[in-house]
Amino acid sequence: MNFDLSEEQQILVESIAKFVKNDSPVERFRKLRETERGWDPAIWARMAEFGWLGAAFPEEQGGFGGRFVDLALILEQLGRGLVPEPLIPSVVLAGGLVSKLGSEAQREELLAPMLEGRTSLALAYAERQSRYALADCKTRAERSGTGWSISGEKTWVLNGHAAEHILVVARTAGDQLDHDGLSLFAVDADAPGLERLHVPGMDGQRSALLRLREVRVAAERLLGAEGSALPALAWAIDRGAAAACAEGQGAIEELFERSVAYLKQRVQFGVPIGSFQALQHRAADMYAETELCRGTMILAAIQADQDDADARAAEISAAKLQLARGGWFVQENAIQLLGGIGVTDEQDEGLFFKRLRVLQGLFGDADWHVARYQALRHFDAGE
Amino acid sequence: MDMTYTPEQIAFRREVRAWIQRAMPEHIRRKAQGAGHFEHSEIMEWHKILYAQGWIAPHWPEEVGGTGWDITQRHIFGEEIVRAGCPTLSPFGLGMVGPLLIQFGTPDQKQRFLPKILSGEEVWCQGYSEPNAGSDLASLQLRADKDGDDYVLNGQKTWTTYAQYADWIFVLARTDASGKKQEGITFILADLRNTQGITVKPFLTTGGTYAFSETWFQNARVPQRNRVGPENGGWAMAKALLGHERTLIGGIAESKRMLGLAKRIARETPVGKGWLIEDAFFRQRIARLEMRLRALEMVQLRTLSAAQLGRAPGPESSILKLVGTEIQQESSELCMDAMGHDAMGWLDSPAEALPEREQAVASEFNYLRAATIYGGSNEIQRNIVAKQILRLPTA
Repeated sequence: MNFDLSEEQQILVESIAKFVKNDSPVERFRKLRETERGWDPAIWARMAEFGWLGAAFPEEQGGFGGRFVDLALILEQLGRGLVPEPLIPSVVLAGGLVSKLGSEAQREELLAPMLEGRTSLALAYAERQSRYALADCKTRAERSGTGWSISGEKTWVLNGHAAEHILVVARTAGDQLDHDGLSLFAVDADAPGLERLHVPGMDGQRSALLRLREVRVAAERLLGAEGSALPALAWAIDRGAAAACAEGQGAIEELFERSVAYLKQRVQFGVPIGSFQALQHRAADMYAETELCRGTMILAAIQADQDDADARAAEISAAKLQLARGGWFVQENAIQLLGGIGVTDEQDEGLFFKRLRVLQGLFGDADWHVARYQALRHFDAGE
Repeated sequence: MDMTYTPEQIAFRREVRAWIQRAMPEHIRRKAQGAGHFEHSEIMEWHKILYAQGWIAPHWPEEVGGTGWDITQRHIFGEEIVRAGCPTLSPFGLGMVGPLLIQFGTPDQKQRFLPKILSGEEVWCQGYSEPNAGSDLASLQLRADKDGDDYVLNGQKTWTTYAQYADWIFVLARTDASGKKQEGITFILADLRNTQGITVKPFLTTGGTYAFSETWFQNARVPQRNRVGPENGGWAMAKALLGHERTLIGGIAESKRMLGLAKRIARETPVGKGWLIEDAFFRQRIARLEMRLRALEMVQLRTLSAAQLGRAPGPESSILKLVGTEIQQESSELCMDAMGHDAMGWLDSPAEALPEREQAVASEFNYLRAATIYGGSNEIQRNIVAKQILRLPTA
């Protein structure tokens, strides 16, 4: 066991920290959130050039052969600057699925241009009624000629507003809640019958609501085997959760450090408010939660490469719970310690607060992960 | 970063597990399956079994009696010990004064004390707190006056846990009252059995057992060669010892054992026509605590891993005590809640009314209120984090 960063990982972390400091401070996000797209294709291309987008993909697929941990380290640093480029939807979710399920031709068409920073991807899986249940899918794909025809509705498609290609989960067999019968299709953004409603989010990022009305896709746009997409989808969403913990860690540490700095600087009753024991103890508890988040975040990132679904689920659920509960403790107190100014838009803390709340609700909230954890085999097995 | 086990490590785990199965005496095994309140004699019996195997001090350097295991092996060993419900060993020798002597003791002191800590021939206790020096430990007043080759000790220590079973005590004593209170303290080892003028009186705790005690010193003569570190340099010793203590005191192993017990009780507790373990709400309570314990264990692993690489415990280790003891208390609360009416029982309730494995739960639940108080109360831990790590200003 060894939890130290390798020399390469240290260099990676330092270079991203420098990028955030010099090229992507929160100020850049503030400008981008006023734009239609919400992120900058030129920066996306630079991220590809730096090798960040391909960090965790195999070399033979155009990546750099790293592990998920490398991607987590990148996301953590980007989280410190609220960098809005769509790494989670495009790289972790859709990119991960194309890499895992796609044929060589599909990878060539969908993955390669994305890793070069020329396009971005999205994954459409959630529906109005599905909440966090991945199998719950009303969207259907029917055979049509040599290809397929997809109809249905997908909600909260991260980067769905900007992606060139969208992976859509659709049912090719069975009923709404069946675990079998789900298939994954690559749909072009300009496909006839696809309507994309642009949805601004609380955190200043964008997603889309998709309406699919008999959208035609060719047979070669089916990824993986017909009807058995669920395990891969669960794998991708687990990695999404691990990624949310990683990006969230950056936001948590940023909020925590800003809080401690403020406690030292803000004077009331003639002394810095950080000299008050009530606030010192609050800060100590925030420190503890931040460290617990760091621990589970690392563990989740290490386990994200794990194929054993139960082993993966246990650590990722523990991490996601800690992000939701421990992270929440840090973010709510960061605002409280700051006072009224913390509830104004001009102060960055509120932006981190909102991004964290979005990450906490994505890929399963606290209750969902607790429910999943207690249903795992090992929970009843050992004493 | 790497967390996978090699085939050698997997084999090591099998070896440890099989050995514990063979080595644990039947009467200890029976208690190990319950809440596990072990008598002092049973703890020392298990101590000697581990010693005979050479596995008594995995965390000590190999040349003074450690096992030479790496961090992963130590972690595996620790997991297997917990899994089997083995008695928790007394920490005062193996975990506190032993490592301190290894770091600061003279060659004579090491030779005199370390072998008997390992063998269990000499049991230790801690003389830190006094009636008027609790959280404000540095204001301690037990006097050590030089007289010939000796120190003469006068005063009182309290919360000298298990002093009634101990052969030796390490004390913080006042050797100089003139300057800053931290600067006049000396770290001294005293023979409890063979020194005239030392009296030990145990307290009955709310847990129904005698854990804490008070210890009085009346003209008790201790040779000066039993001083560890320089005269008036005891505060630095105390802090170094605290560093060794930090990684142990979180009670992660104990919490794991109690969570396991909570599940076991829930599995065997009928509710209507089913069992408590099937209750979704109760399962989720267990799950939440188990998940939080996993998070804390990760902090501990990172601390140990850093230590393995030769670094002092990082600041993250300071939260082990803070969060660990809270989890420990909550785990015992879960056991109590799982028991329902049975939680009214006590150590001497008849087995017809209260299953044997549950008999010590209420005792432990009560005793564990001390966990957030001892070893520097959790409020003191928060002060330490605020001042030493976050560098927040003093009032």
